[in-house]
Amino acid sequence: MRTIFAGAALTALAVLSTLTTAACSANTAGTAAPAVSGGAAPGKDSPAVGFVFVGPKDDYGYNQAAYQGSQEVAKVFPQLKVITAENVPEDDNAARVMNSMIAKGARIIFATSYGHLDAALKVAAEHPDVVVVQQGNLITGTTPPNAGTFFGTVYEPVYLAGIAAGKATKTGKLGYVYAFPISQTIDNIDAFELGARSVNPTVKTYAVSTSSWCDPAKQAEAAANLLKQGVDVITQHQDCTATVIKATEAAGAMTVGYHADASGIAPKGWLTGSQWNWGPLYSDIVRTALAGTFTGSKYNANFRVGYKTGDNPFVQSPYGPGVDEETKKLVDAAKEKLRNSSPFAGPVRDQDGKVRVPEGTTPDYETIEKIDYFVEGVVGSLPKS
Amino acid sequence: MLVVDVLAGGVRGGTAIMFAALGETLAERAGVVNLGTEGCMLVGALGGYAVAAETGSPWLSLLAGALAGALLGLVHAAAVLWRGADQFATGLTLMFLGLGLTSLFGAAYVGSPAPGFDPVPVPVLGDLPIVGEILFRHDPVTYLSFAVAPLLWFFLGRTRTGLLVRTAGERADVLHAHGHSPALVRAAAVVAGAGLAGLGGAQLSTAYAHAWFEGMTAGRGFIAVALVIFAAWRPLWVMAGSYLFGAALALAPALQARGHALNQFALDALPFVVTLVILAILGRRTLRAAPEELRRVFAR
Repeated sequence: MRTIFAGAALTALAVLSTLTTAACSANTAGTAAPAVSGGAAPGKDSPAVGFVFVGPKDDYGYNQAAYQGSQEVAKVFPQLKVITAENVPEDDNAARVMNSMIAKGARIIFATSYGHLDAALKVAAEHPDVVVVQQGNLITGTTPPNAGTFFGTVYEPVYLAGIAAGKATKTGKLGYVYAFPISQTIDNIDAFELGARSVNPTVKTYAVSTSSWCDPAKQAEAAANLLKQGVDVITQHQDCTATVIKATEAAGAMTVGYHADASGIAPKGWLTGSQWNWGPLYSDIVRTALAGTFTGSKYNANFRVGYKTGDNPFVQSPYGPGVDEETKKLVDAAKEKLRNSSPFAGPVRDQDGKVRVPEGTTPDYETIEKIDYFVEGVVGSLPKS
Repeated sequence: MLVVDVLAGGVRGGTAIMFAALGETLAERAGVVNLGTEGCMLVGALGGYAVAAETGSPWLSLLAGALAGALLGLVHAAAVLWRGADQFATGLTLMFLGLGLTSLFGAAYVGSPAPGFDPVPVPVLGDLPIVGEILFRHDPVTYLSFAVAPLLWFFLGRTRTGLLVRTAGERADVLHAHGHSPALVRAAAVVAGAGLAGLGGAQLSTAYAHAWFEGMTAGRGFIAVALVIFAAWRPLWVMAGSYLFGAALALAPALQARGHALNQFALDALPFVVTLVILAILGRRTLRAAPEELRRVFAR
């Protein structure tokens, strides 16, 4: 039954997305991309900038945050035309949408979804005069002179939120509802527990996956079970977050947010959370490209920004009423410490007690993005494939 | 205790399925299959959530959910009974229509706040060990739902109108000979049944998940249709089957929240495996229990 439905839904989605892309790329018909202007630096003095999103611009999550970033670019650079495209699938259609943006004059392109990387690299190879940057993935092998990837270290603010959760819990049990066991979610769950442990050595994080980026009914059941187990702080990593937050608030438990400031639906139980702020980073990439200095810059690589290197686009959400001054000081101190360290600074042990990061070492961003184990103190298991 | 928690989860998560499956029972006892139940649930889920968001009244949202489902049911009744369209093809199309319409109009309500039903333990009964935990610590809509299956059983088996519905499903020509219009009786059953599915959808969005998201029924409407068959078109068995299925859905989070090392993807597949196995075991036996007019549709 499930497969029938899923298959049917996929077909419907495929039809829908084809229609959308068809609408987007109709503009390209017959218009060739402007020729490379005699060896100019990629992106230099571009009259327009294009943004490609995988989802709708009002999803109250990842895509909305990226869209807001693009609108901030429009504010910072009023002379620039900002072209956006929503619901762009993660396949060759993405390349067509990007080409249509180039046809409209854009020589700076932001491909904002993980799966847009292949299309982004293809477009970059076809248009050496266009800067193509991709959000969240990693380029393996040589980086073309006009391409790069960028992302924040999402697990750093999650680590800080873990400190607040570890101080706030009375039962010593934290809950984490997450979508799929992939490196991004695993990093966050681990960082949350590491943060909580740093102030509360016996605290445990109970991880429950819903196998979906947004399945509110499954989230409701996950939250109900965690609360039943005595968990009194719940956080999550999925695209829609309201279900878990409302269930937690209704049960009188505490919430740590993700993606957005949701303190409005959890006025009593809101502790803190993490949310996106892409504007400054987008603007700096655009500034670099417009100046003609993209090639060889830090953005012409797999750029990862955290508290160590500058302004993390993933920032801490405001505190709720339940966070005391002592906790805030602990969080501030930890944040200061992260400027030359990492949540995953050794020693880090996995669930079996095996040392994964030896004492005295700090893994780099790429190593952290490949973590595939839960740390000590996380209750739950990753499916073995 | 794990078993108690899973059963409580079964009631919590099975309620939406039960509404839809009882609605489907009503339609099929009158001789019409509505494969579009999934679509009816979806329009009910969105209709209910949207009305709750706009008016601030959860009770009004239940009414809206039922109305939205009934409207989609009316489309099915018109196509199948008036125009003589194939009921399977129409039902499937209806599912896509519901999915498409709700994706389109639902975008505005993704993430928007709306009041809903929170759990209210029943005094005294809620304090009972085991039984209280399984049955009497839910939201008001779930308490209401306890009455639907017995009422439907009473209606079908003990009232004159119920007899008309059953006759439409068993011997339409007899009904015709007695001066009643089988088409009219069937249309009423289909529309009312779709309304129940819509109510189930509204329960899902306003009482269970407290959110709207496209495709949030995630196949529950199809499970409801399968349930009707393996419950042999009997309302009380449908009720039990819905809770069984709800419990199968609740097992994965219940085990994970306790840290049990089981493959989540295997757990996710469990409810559907259970359904398939039961259907296969019952096999032809269920067909013999089918309303006569329906059997012609199934076994042609």
